[in-house]
Amino acid sequence: MANLTIRNLHKVFEGTEIIKGIDLDIKDHEFVVFVGPSGCGKSTLLRLIAGLEEVTGGHIYLDDREITDMAPARRDLAMVFQTYALYPHMTVRKNLSFALDLARVDKAEVAAKVAEAARILELEPLLERKPRALSGGQRQRVAIGRAIVRHPKIFLFDEPLSNLDAALRVQMRLELARLHQELNATMIYVTHDQVEAMTLADKVVVLNGGRIEQVGSPLTLYHHPVNRFVAGFIGTPRMAFLDGRVTAAEASTVSVALACGPEYRLELEGRGLKPGDAVTLGIRPEHIQVCEAQASPFQVTLDVTEHLGADTYCYVRTDSGETLTVRAPGDFSGRFGDRVGLLPDLAHGHLFDASGRAMPKPGAPAQAA
Amino acid sequence: MSITSLQAGVNTVTEARTGTTTRHPAPRLRRGRRIGLAMLSPSVASLLLWMAVPLAMTVYFSLIRYNLLYPGDEPFVGLENYHYFLTDEGFVAGALNTLWLVLSVLAISVIAGVLIAVLVDTPFFGRGIVRVMLISPFFIMPTVSALVWKNLLLHPVSGVFAAVWRLFGATPVDWFAEYPLLSIIMIVSWQWIPFAVLILMTAMQSLDQEQKDAARLDGAGPLAIFRHITLPHLARPIAVVIMIETIFLLSIFAEIYTTTGGGPGYDTTNLAYLIYSQALLQFDVGMASAGGLIAVVIANIAAFVLVRMIGRNLTDKA
Repeated sequence: MANLTIRNLHKVFEGTEIIKGIDLDIKDHEFVVFVGPSGCGKSTLLRLIAGLEEVTGGHIYLDDREITDMAPARRDLAMVFQTYALYPHMTVRKNLSFALDLARVDKAEVAAKVAEAARILELEPLLERKPRALSGGQRQRVAIGRAIVRHPKIFLFDEPLSNLDAALRVQMRLELARLHQELNATMIYVTHDQVEAMTLADKVVVLNGGRIEQVGSPLTLYHHPVNRFVAGFIGTPRMAFLDGRVTAAEASTVSVALACGPEYRLELEGRGLKPGDAVTLGIRPEHIQVCEAQASPFQVTLDVTEHLGADTYCYVRTDSGETLTVRAPGDFSGRFGDRVGLLPDLAHGHLFDASGRAMPKPGAPAQAA
Repeated sequence: MSITSLQAGVNTVTEARTGTTTRHPAPRLRRGRRIGLAMLSPSVASLLLWMAVPLAMTVYFSLIRYNLLYPGDEPFVGLENYHYFLTDEGFVAGALNTLWLVLSVLAISVIAGVLIAVLVDTPFFGRGIVRVMLISPFFIMPTVSALVWKNLLLHPVSGVFAAVWRLFGATPVDWFAEYPLLSIIMIVSWQWIPFAVLILMTAMQSLDQEQKDAARLDGAGPLAIFRHITLPHLARPIAVVIMIETIFLLSIFAEIYTTTGGGPGYDTTNLAYLIYSQALLQFDVGMASAGGLIAVVIANIAAFVLVRMIGRNLTDKA
């Protein structure tokens, strides 16, 4: 069992509050990813869980045990660091067995556990090497192996793939997903790369400025972001935001006149909105179609286009000066300066009120941050 | 042979030369190398002179009887000077004192250096000033620090140590009379601990914090981290400290000259001081030269052993 419960956690660094009250439940066997922009406190939160930083206020429980002030080694957690933090003067075997040797575990048992970890991670041929004789991906695997041998309740990963090249990162990502299945372990993973977050996680925790913005499955975050920050953070290219004003608001439909011209009716709960309120319409690039200029009331000027083969990303500028990204088919042939029309798929549109809160969609799971 | 035929010969040579130039760049390369050699030779030659002439003179002096008190009487005596130097009662004492001095100062400065470096690695108020003060003894010249120790610290009547001893009702110690070599070791250690601290302190800064975090998670306490993470990390800088200090400690002179003058008896005479006293106190240049050459051999043996023991781990790339 490994249920981690965090209640009202605070962390202050030299007068600056980094973590501003976090409540979070992590269940057994879950793969939880903390994601957020630089400086949002995701690494600090992980280090607080690991015990490497002192908690300023709040509580952390692992199952029924409070571990808030417990020494890191006694928490039954293992961590994989961004720089791997392998012990440079020890062989791979010694790196793997270091924690067990310190705990004075029986020699035969240590050998068995090291062999098991080496088998899982395919490290057997490397056991007698020193870390400096390993490649980046191999070092990464040793770092993971060092966590595995301890059979911890929870694995903590601090941006483990950020030092690897793109190809290796994809491969290690798959290996981590496989490892999660094979070990059936609880994992907490910090990253700023939302592709890692979306592909690995059972549950994504979006952090911003020391607070949790939203917790949910990757697809929940994609389809039902609770506010403008999450909507803008999840998804590449970024969601487009268009300013407008409410012209009519009813229980299940809202009409919005956009600053850039067109007026749209959205199937959303309009409670709390009244005509004249400033709102923002958010639409993802993949939910906008490009058409002839005459075919749509929403006309824009084409800026740069990026041809990626399968898709074309068009950067367009509206008449009111907003820039947005549109995903067009790979054979799209618009030129710089062309006038084109846009057809947004309003079923996938999101409406945010002046405070950035998303208007709930009918049928959306009722939930809060 | 007429002049024309000579000229013709020259012509054929130049033609042959230009021919090879077009086919191979070798002659131009050779010329470039010759210019390089010509440019280098003044410095190489002066260095050679600088080394070879004094060495040759020393070898020559060591083979003649050359006493400044008997000018004009300088017969060739073969290896007699070496024999006398090696069998002199001062030689064994000097060699042992040199050995003791080097080994104890090395041990003291490395151990204290490691401990101090680790201590000042944790942040505390005023760390910058403490670090500067820790380094500062290194910048005081040996004669000055030896005089400060002799007259202000270790003096049996007016020294600080004597005052402390009296404070506790004990009889002040006459350091240079009762523990002469220990006193010298104290002074020299005081001068060389800062060097070890400087090197090791900077090395501590390159120790990866995440490694320590990882060790903490692996269950290592402060002592285990010191033993398994910090010490291995410092192995290389410690090797540097040992090598450099050995070179300088073999030739300690000023501290002995200003405090004990090698005495009492031969108690604080090391090889450097012994050679000095042969040459300039007993005016026996011949024997001093023989001693100097023996010291050179000993220093080279030490250097050889050090490089074999430590140097390999230095060139070993991380």
